[in-house]
Amino acid sequence: MSTLLEVSGVSVTFDGFRAINNLSISIAQAELRAVIGPNGAGKTTFMDIITGKTKPDQGRVIWGPRSLSLLDMSESEIARQGIGRKFQKPTVFEAQTVRENLAMALKNPRGPFDVLFYRKSRATAARIDEIAEEIGLTDDLPRRAGELSHGQKQWLEIGMLLAQDPQLLLVDEPAAGMTPAEREHTTALLVRAAQTRAVVVVEHDMEFVRRLNCKVTVLHEGSVLAEGSLDHVTKNQDVIDVYLGR
Amino acid sequence: MNRSFIARNPSVLWFLLALSVFTIVVTVLSEVTGVGLISTSFVKTLGKTLCLCLIAIAMDVVWGYCGILSLGHFAFFGLGGYAIGMWLMYARTELIVVESLANAPLPPTDKEVVDAIATQIFGVVGSSEFPLLWAFSHSLALQLLMVVLVPGLLALVFGWLAFRSRVTGVYLSILTQAMTLALSLYLFQNDSGLRGNNGLSGLQNLPGLDAVPQSVISIAFFWASAVALGLGYVLFAWVVSGKMGSVIRAIRDNESRVRFLGYHVESYKLFVFTLTAIVAGIAGALYYPQAGIINPAEIAPIASIYLAVWVAIGGRGRLYGAVIGAAFVSLLSSWFTGGSAPAINLGFYTINWTDWWLVLLGVSFVAVTLFFPKGIGGLFDLIVLKPVADRQGDYGPDKGAWRKEEGEP
Ligand SMILES: Nc1ncnc2c1ncn2[C@@H]1O[C@H](COP(=O)(O)OP(=O)(O)O)[C@@H](O)[C@H]1O
Ligand SMILES: [Mg+2]
Repeated sequence: MSTLLEVSGVSVTFDGFRAINNLSISIAQAELRAVIGPNGAGKTTFMDIITGKTKPDQGRVIWGPRSLSLLDMSESEIARQGIGRKFQKPTVFEAQTVRENLAMALKNPRGPFDVLFYRKSRATAARIDEIAEEIGLTDDLPRRAGELSHGQKQWLEIGMLLAQDPQLLLVDEPAAGMTPAEREHTTALLVRAAQTRAVVVVEHDMEFVRRLNCKVTVLHEGSVLAEGSLDHVTKNQDVIDVYLGR
Repeated sequence: MNRSFIARNPSVLWFLLALSVFTIVVTVLSEVTGVGLISTSFVKTLGKTLCLCLIAIAMDVVWGYCGILSLGHFAFFGLGGYAIGMWLMYARTELIVVESLANAPLPPTDKEVVDAIATQIFGVVGSSEFPLLWAFSHSLALQLLMVVLVPGLLALVFGWLAFRSRVTGVYLSILTQAMTLALSLYLFQNDSGLRGNNGLSGLQNLPGLDAVPQSVISIAFFWASAVALGLGYVLFAWVVSGKMGSVIRAIRDNESRVRFLGYHVESYKLFVFTLTAIVAGIAGALYYPQAGIINPAEIAPIASIYLAVWVAIGGRGRLYGAVIGAAFVSLLSSWFTGGSAPAINLGFYTINWTDWWLVLLGVSFVAVTLFFPKGIGGLFDLIVLKPVADRQGDYGPDKGAWRKEEGEP
């Protein structure tokens, strides 16, 4: 498998505090990866670096077959490269309908004039219906996103992620606020998505991670503590000491 | 623009209908038809008001929809006015000069004519030469181009610099205000090339149309202003509907999230800022020939602040709200400041509205912001009853985001 994303030797300091410390992770073309670690381990910051929200002090982030450096790109350029993100706190556009939220995310040209002269087509409408079905919001399409429950907002954001059709999905704590049945649905959805693209999931819930059945990276104090199968990392003494043993 | 655009935006049709009826009624009652119920000067006031409504909808798009509280749009309005004013002054002075030189023993050379025009125009600031700024002033077509180009380019360059460095919220407002202040201070200088604090005057006299009575000219400009407002309304309603409107409102409520969807937020802001600046310039070019005079005081930051007050009172985030706010407040303002409002005698003190109007306006602004955030336009929600869901919190984390109390976006 060829590498899609290569993060190497990255460090970030916030006011003298090293949130990310010489971190190196590489993600393959079609791979499902779980990232776990205690609160404050730097999981969200790791995603911030990839998506261009936070610029690292040192290190490299190399993307795709053409080995582009993501560090030279703006957030929107990175997103257009095919990196989509779901935030830890669900962030959808509350004043707009579910349909508008999905339509905005849908993979289409992003320039102002493309958008100004954009015309709805039957194909895009069908795609929105399809995604709505997948995330269980078919009946809620005309509703305002602000009226949705916390769990539904999570779903909507996952739907927006799917609509973007990215090559790499970064998913920060997707299962928070979901019922057990919904969690199962989420895992199934992520596993399916990972068949054709790379998916990186940050999650606290061990049961959730177990069901993903994939390679796990344990972060601690901004660097990789252990990597491998869930069974492998949970047997690792360092991991037990800092994370599981608490 | 197809049928579904109107179907999705019924308020556009209602607005155009109301505007047409208003225009026809005013025309019928004006002196031009001989009815004369509405004086020529009041027709001019109404025509000017339509121009103010046009800049108000531009302001609503940039502030109410896109979340950029610009305190510079009256600068663009003024620049449009100066651009058309330069041609009006040049062309009219040229006619006068040519006429007076016609009796000279030798026919005047072109240079003599130009020098004489320059002396006429710039005598007040002690100069007799055309500054470079006036290079195109002889041509109506070129100056009309300037009406669009000058505000457009200024907005493009300023917006590019400001948005690129991600200045937002209050800081951006202050920056736009600084631009406005700098421009007006520059224009106040006698050597600015635009006659300093004298400004440009006599703009109501259209060159070559001395024989046409002002009653006709005033109606012509009134119609032109109404057409411009109608077109501007349709243009902006189109821009803020559909996917563009969706992205613009998303930028207002949470611009960083929009970036992560792959939209280059700065380009969108620049597009909205520049487009609204151009419309503001056009509104100014229609306004000042009706006002007759333009001077740098018109561009002072306070004018742009008034603009924000009109939009807030009318109800930001809906185009007809901006129209209502601008029309209502500016007409009320000229009634109060024009001395028509009866003074209130309290026995120990007499309230003269010319002095107290600003206080009243300020208090109303605070009251509307606190108690009726939807503004006057919010009254329409009472007619068109739509179920409004209970919701908590604001629509987004950004400074310009739609607030909870403002209700429907
Ligand atoms: N913008 C920021 N400024 C200062 N400190 C930050 C910032 N973002 C994250 N941190 C700190 O970096 C550390 C890692 O945070 P985060 O990546 O959110 O952890 P996790 O997602 O693993 O819980 C935390 O100690 C957090 O306080
Ligand atoms: Mg986190």
